[in-house]
Amino acid sequence: MYKTLLNILLALFFVLSIQGKSIATENTTEKDPEHTEEQNDSHAEKKKFNPGDFIFDHIKDGYGWHLFTYNGHHVSIPLPIILYSKNKGFVVFWSSKLAHGHEHIGFKIAHEGDYKDKIIEVDSHGEFVARPFDISITKNVTAILFSCFFMIFVFMSVANSYKKREGLPPKGLQSLLEPLILFIRDDIAKSSIGEKHYEKYTPFLLTIFFFILLNNLLGLVPLFPGGANVTGNITVTMALALFTFFITNITGNKTYWSHIFNTPGVPWWLKIPIPLIPFIELFGVLIKPFVLMVRLFANISAGHIIVLGFFSLIFIFGNMSTELGFAVSPVSILFTIFMSVLEILVAFIQAYVFTILSAIYFGMASEEGH
Amino acid sequence: MELIKPDLGLLIWMLVSFSVVLYVLIRFAWRPILAALKQRERSISKSLLSAQRAREEMAKIEFGNEKITQLAIIEKDNLLKEAKEIKNNIIEEAREKAKIEAKKIIQEARQSVEQEKNQVINEIKNQIAALSVDIAEKILKQKLGEESKQKQLIDELIKDIDLN
Repeated sequence: MYKTLLNILLALFFVLSIQGKSIATENTTEKDPEHTEEQNDSHAEKKKFNPGDFIFDHIKDGYGWHLFTYNGHHVSIPLPIILYSKNKGFVVFWSSKLAHGHEHIGFKIAHEGDYKDKIIEVDSHGEFVARPFDISITKNVTAILFSCFFMIFVFMSVANSYKKREGLPPKGLQSLLEPLILFIRDDIAKSSIGEKHYEKYTPFLLTIFFFILLNNLLGLVPLFPGGANVTGNITVTMALALFTFFITNITGNKTYWSHIFNTPGVPWWLKIPIPLIPFIELFGVLIKPFVLMVRLFANISAGHIIVLGFFSLIFIFGNMSTELGFAVSPVSILFTIFMSVLEILVAFIQAYVFTILSAIYFGMASEEGH
Repeated sequence: MELIKPDLGLLIWMLVSFSVVLYVLIRFAWRPILAALKQRERSISKSLLSAQRAREEMAKIEFGNEKITQLAIIEKDNLLKEAKEIKNNIIEEAREKAKIEAKKIIQEARQSVEQEKNQVINEIKNQIAALSVDIAEKILKQKLGEESKQKQLIDELIKDIDLN
């Protein structure tokens, strides 16, 4: 009961804060033409509400952390930009220097072309020179670092309480996380990998499960530490899938490789002279992490897109007439709340799916020949 | 389509930070947590096992107790029976002995009575003999007072004696 209430509150919060942000942006377009001149923000400049840009702005990574827009001013947390270019070497500065399309020591954010919304190096005429090597602490990097520290803090304190309360029943945070830990150990690791090898993989499975779950949930919270679309970013899911890929193939035993190159139970002419089955199997090795990557990315992004899409309805109708906007908003908010609650479910499911698929791959890699 | 284009900078950050988290959590969180969970499970199963064993032991002891009581009862019965037998034997024996003794005493009494009687009879016999001699003497004295009579007697006696 308490939990559902919390979820609904969370969803409401999410909805309201996005609403506040966008309404403010909309007001700008109507009231302050002189402010919009300096802004290169997509919705401000076009004067018309563009749901596509609105949605993608919220899903994409960014150089600064946009909090809200107040009276035509974007309030963002500046984040460090770290660049390396052949001409200038290593350069570090705050993202606020590049806000509103400003140029800083020959760097600016591109508005179009191959590197749209990325930092490019320009010459004195503002012409494109090169894309620097960019390891800026972007919005997603900040969110990743935050969740890393959060996880280290939480799980080390839980580990501590395990040490302190040895032989005693779990308490507090420990008892909240213990069922999840046991679930991953027993129902994911042990059942997919097998009694003999599961202990080697359990720590990794626990880490990815909690990392994905935490970031999925943080992605639903619109306030500062949350709101970044980490697990709906293909780069992040790619990194996670790469970990699974390398662990699977590094720990793969003789049986695993012989299943790939010399699949048992297959007629010989499918292997020699044209290695058709080995080719398919090898392709499968690469497909598996690719599927992991795409599934997580697509599920989380799609969820966000739908939530924001429902939300955009208010402004699409609002652009037609204010009354229509007001009329649509309750329905739209209801849908958004529903989707947000669904997203909480999806957050758990996707973390579970990624973990169990990884476990199944590890199980294949460590299976003994029969 | 920026959405599906991986970004190198973010990838580097993600790989580095996730590796660090993975290392730190494995080293300082998962290992102690999993070890503690395993330890607890082991101790729980151990205590369950020992409880089971204790229960079995208890049952065994209870069974033993019952057996011992039964044995004790049998033993007691046996002892009582034996004691009764011994008692009976002793009484029987005593009775037997008493009988023999009584018989002996009676016999002895009888013998002594017999002896007494014989003695008394002998004495009486002797007295009677003495008395008869006395009486005979007296009679003779009276009868043989006169001479004729003495002669007559002598004659008679001589007649009785056979001279051969």
